[in-house]
Amino acid sequence: MSQITALFYLFSAVLLFAAFRVITAKSPVAAALYLVLAFFSAACVWALLRAEFLAIALVLVYVGAVMVLFLFVVMMLDIDVTALRAGFWRHFPVAALVGVIIALEMAAVLLPGFSLTSAPATDAAALRMGNTKLLGIEVYTHYLYPLQIAAVLLLVAIIAAIALTLRARKDSKHLDPSVQVRVTKAERLRIVQLAPQRDAVRPTDTDVAPVGDRR
Amino acid sequence: MSLGPVTLGHYLTIGAILFALSVIGIFLNRKNLIVLLMAIELMLLAVNLNFVAFSHYLDPKVSDPMAGQVFVFFILTVAAAESAIGLAILVVLFRTRSTIAVEELDTLKG
Repeated sequence: MSQITALFYLFSAVLLFAAFRVITAKSPVAAALYLVLAFFSAACVWALLRAEFLAIALVLVYVGAVMVLFLFVVMMLDIDVTALRAGFWRHFPVAALVGVIIALEMAAVLLPGFSLTSAPATDAAALRMGNTKLLGIEVYTHYLYPLQIAAVLLLVAIIAAIALTLRARKDSKHLDPSVQVRVTKAERLRIVQLAPQRDAVRPTDTDVAPVGDRR
Repeated sequence: MSLGPVTLGHYLTIGAILFALSVIGIFLNRKNLIVLLMAIELMLLAVNLNFVAFSHYLDPKVSDPMAGQVFVFFILTVAAAESAIGLAILVVLFRTRSTIAVEELDTLKG
């Protein structure tokens, strides 16, 4: 058993175990952390397949960004996990039957059908350039327009996520500067002409002089 | 299945088992929207594993082997956008309904 075979079975076992724990974990935080492990093992399997750039991109983009986003949301929401897990195992027999049948059927087709043991030799020029450079040449020449569409898609996703979650607070005391500078005197100041209610009393001497000085 | 040299079929089988596991996960966690989103991410990972395996074993004389990896690149982009918007919808849902149970979302049922 060569080294690559051993590593393949090790990484695949960890990947499948982590995936199983993702779908059966009790708390969503544990599920998210096992999903991180699954992505990491998948990145290792991709590295075995000589897709180094994608392996690193998977770790950086998924483990670094998407899974942190998942963890943020899981911790931000106050979820009652026990209510959500009521009747969790009720449909397990049917689900396991369906899943095992899917896996067995696909394995029966795929294992004998694709029995290439070794990859075709890559030419020396491609080996010298490396995976990242080859992928970059492809992306920035043949797939330039799809790349730009993907960039626009990410921009749309950013705007959509912000627009969905942004809310104007009702209780905030913020001011609108444009309204403030356009304010007129009439909006702020109201001069009223009050008629006197009674005649002013003329002060007498006893009112003016302090009590102690009267004698 | 022998422990001989790893073939293309082995990688595809791992992808198939991963896909079946996420199908089971969608069956089991049909109330919890967050774990449903995670199961969808696992499905996309299984598909990406197939793309990478096929691109590794493709003969460069027949076709361009990097095309599969470019496709994975774009799937990663779309998946990141999908999970960001999905989680944003989840947050808005939790704000308005104070729950993320799928069975509570029956306002349109009439």
